[in-house]
Amino acid sequence: MELTGAEIFVRSLQDEGVEIIFGYPGGAVLHIYDALYRQDKIQHILTRHEQGATHAADGYARATGKPGVVIVTSGPGATNAVTGIATAYMDSIPMVVFTGQVPTHLIGNDAFQEADNIGITRPCVKHNFLVKDVRDLAETIKKAFYVATTGRPGPVVVDIPKDVTAEKTEYHYPDKVSMRSYNPVHVGHAGQIKRAVRLMLDAKRPMIYTGGGVILGNAAGSLTELARLLGHPVTNTLMGLGAYPATDRQFVGMLGMHGTYEANMAMHHCDVLIAIGARFDDRVTGNIEKFCPNAKIVHVDIDPSSISKNVKVDVPIVGCVDNVLKAMIKLIKGSKQRPDEAALRDWWQQIEDWRSKDCLKYDHDSELIKPQHVLESLYKVTGGDAFVTSDVGQHQMWAAQFYKFDKPRRWINSGGLGTMGFGLPAAMGVQLAYRDETVVCVTGEGSIQMCIQELSTCKQYALPLKIVNLNNGYLGMVRQWQEFFYQGRYAMSYMESLPDFVKLAESYGHAGMKIDKPADVESALAEAMAMKDRLVFMDFITDPAENVYPMIPAGGGQNEMILI
Amino acid sequence: MRHIISILMENEAGALSRVAGLFSARGYNIESLTVAPTEDPSLSRMTLVTRGTDEIIEQITKQLNKLVDVVKLMDMTDGPHIEREMMLTKVRAEGDGREELKRVSDIFRGRIIDVTDKSYTIELTGTGDKLDAFLQALDRALIIEVVRSGVSGIARGERALKL
Repeated sequence: MELTGAEIFVRSLQDEGVEIIFGYPGGAVLHIYDALYRQDKIQHILTRHEQGATHAADGYARATGKPGVVIVTSGPGATNAVTGIATAYMDSIPMVVFTGQVPTHLIGNDAFQEADNIGITRPCVKHNFLVKDVRDLAETIKKAFYVATTGRPGPVVVDIPKDVTAEKTEYHYPDKVSMRSYNPVHVGHAGQIKRAVRLMLDAKRPMIYTGGGVILGNAAGSLTELARLLGHPVTNTLMGLGAYPATDRQFVGMLGMHGTYEANMAMHHCDVLIAIGARFDDRVTGNIEKFCPNAKIVHVDIDPSSISKNVKVDVPIVGCVDNVLKAMIKLIKGSKQRPDEAALRDWWQQIEDWRSKDCLKYDHDSELIKPQHVLESLYKVTGGDAFVTSDVGQHQMWAAQFYKFDKPRRWINSGGLGTMGFGLPAAMGVQLAYRDETVVCVTGEGSIQMCIQELSTCKQYALPLKIVNLNNGYLGMVRQWQEFFYQGRYAMSYMESLPDFVKLAESYGHAGMKIDKPADVESALAEAMAMKDRLVFMDFITDPAENVYPMIPAGGGQNEMILI
Repeated sequence: MRHIISILMENEAGALSRVAGLFSARGYNIESLTVAPTEDPSLSRMTLVTRGTDEIIEQITKQLNKLVDVVKLMDMTDGPHIEREMMLTKVRAEGDGREELKRVSDIFRGRIIDVTDKSYTIELTGTGDKLDAFLQALDRALIIEVVRSGVSGIARGERALKL
């Protein structure tokens, strides 16, 4: 039987196993929406803005490991989605975004709601496709999911002109596709793995540095096994938190610009660095000239172009992180050689000295609410077991520093692109995937206003998110840099005319709370968490002068941290 | 160092812009770029001339390989290879000058492929250096128009870029 393109679209998603899609209708995708209306297998979540749809799909993907799926209309629908696509691209999140397009005969005519979606998204997608013939639709959708979810994952855009969704053809969804130009590597080079293991066992001052790749590659279990086998210290990047249990003694905290003193000092002084699924981002390395001056570097990554991009490495290993780590574990278990215990004891002694600086300390006796106090209390009240999304800025760093993630996929933030407005819609995606889990969005009064319209979506779908708004009246990270590096000239970093967030939340039908005394922080959080079936917006009025410490200043090396 | 990178890619709309976009987005330079279909109509072959340190060239080849439309590539400069470029030059050719232009063209093994009473169009093939030398040998004032194809390259001997 022949189906229309719109029906083929829906059937393809069903056959792909898609359960939920995020989107916003419009002229070019009306046939598709009509086909969605006439089925009940796939749930469609109507956001209030296309950016919200992409972030929600992104949050869903990060929490579940399944690809996030988005549908938006042509022109402004697609351009509004671009920030969300770029966010997913920078953090290698599997996502398939369907954009409507004007009918093929109008493409290039400056038609109503026309934009060159392929051209606009090209630099921020793993790949994109324009479907010009309905007979190519099903296979293209299969390819889109295949490319998005294999190798180094990433967003894929499929641009579908309206006439293609109306034309008819036989439906056949391929079981699998192969593309001669796309063959991701799975298994690491055995010789290189052997070399890496030798370095790891010989190391006197080893350091394991892991990133988002361990989470994306579902390798947290293998990483933990390897690290415990070796007894090496472990640090995670912002994207990698949760890959190794943060409450474990071998974990030395996050590294980088606002990482812990002990993590950064250990990086600087290590003799063997084992980088796993991390990409030596500038926020991690600080001044590249001063980076790990005495270390032999092993780098495991699925993307060959990540290797030796920023830092020249000694032992590159391209492959699926989990496969490579398992191979390493096997070699170590089979080897007669054991890690150098005496050297490791000295090394840990040194690390404990650095750790004793207590670099995350803050004033517990303040009259004002300290944001760190809120995060510590949140950790306590949720038993360390919530899904936490964040926006971007100071609150993001405090959440990363103070919420100790023991499991992967629980910490969800825009690390690469640094997209303000990410937190709330991402949290919706997480909550939709895990209806019974506690999902917290840690945000600030600047970030939350960038996608605040999604409070309406939360109402429609009864998403009981807990929003922790650290409201200091400033774009805090901007303010911090202006204080440090622009002699306190606070250009445009003060947020005037803020809404009454409690009333705002209530006007959307949610619960709102305003907390301005340190003594009330924990009880307010407990009260909010107890409201299992409601979204609670907690507006914490925090110390406006608080800064994120410690800090590697721009141009500094990892051993040049500013401590409080 | 100068590198000639040959790329086999899917002959699909937008493939060229992915390569060009990659170079501009990552700040690599392109000296020349040629592209045309191959004997297999599903494949295009692109020849790209770029410059950079070994690290940059390594990144360029890795990033190109990462493009989903790129099927296979080869850095010609890694081994013995032949490079050729074709140039069409339209020159003012009047009076006594006509004879001299014919002579210069012959010396460079050029072919005059279009003639009017006021002009010659000369076709010349060779390495970039040879084409440069030819232009140097001409009186600049006589040059009306120059069109260069950009470099094409092929490996010597058995080495080949094919599927």
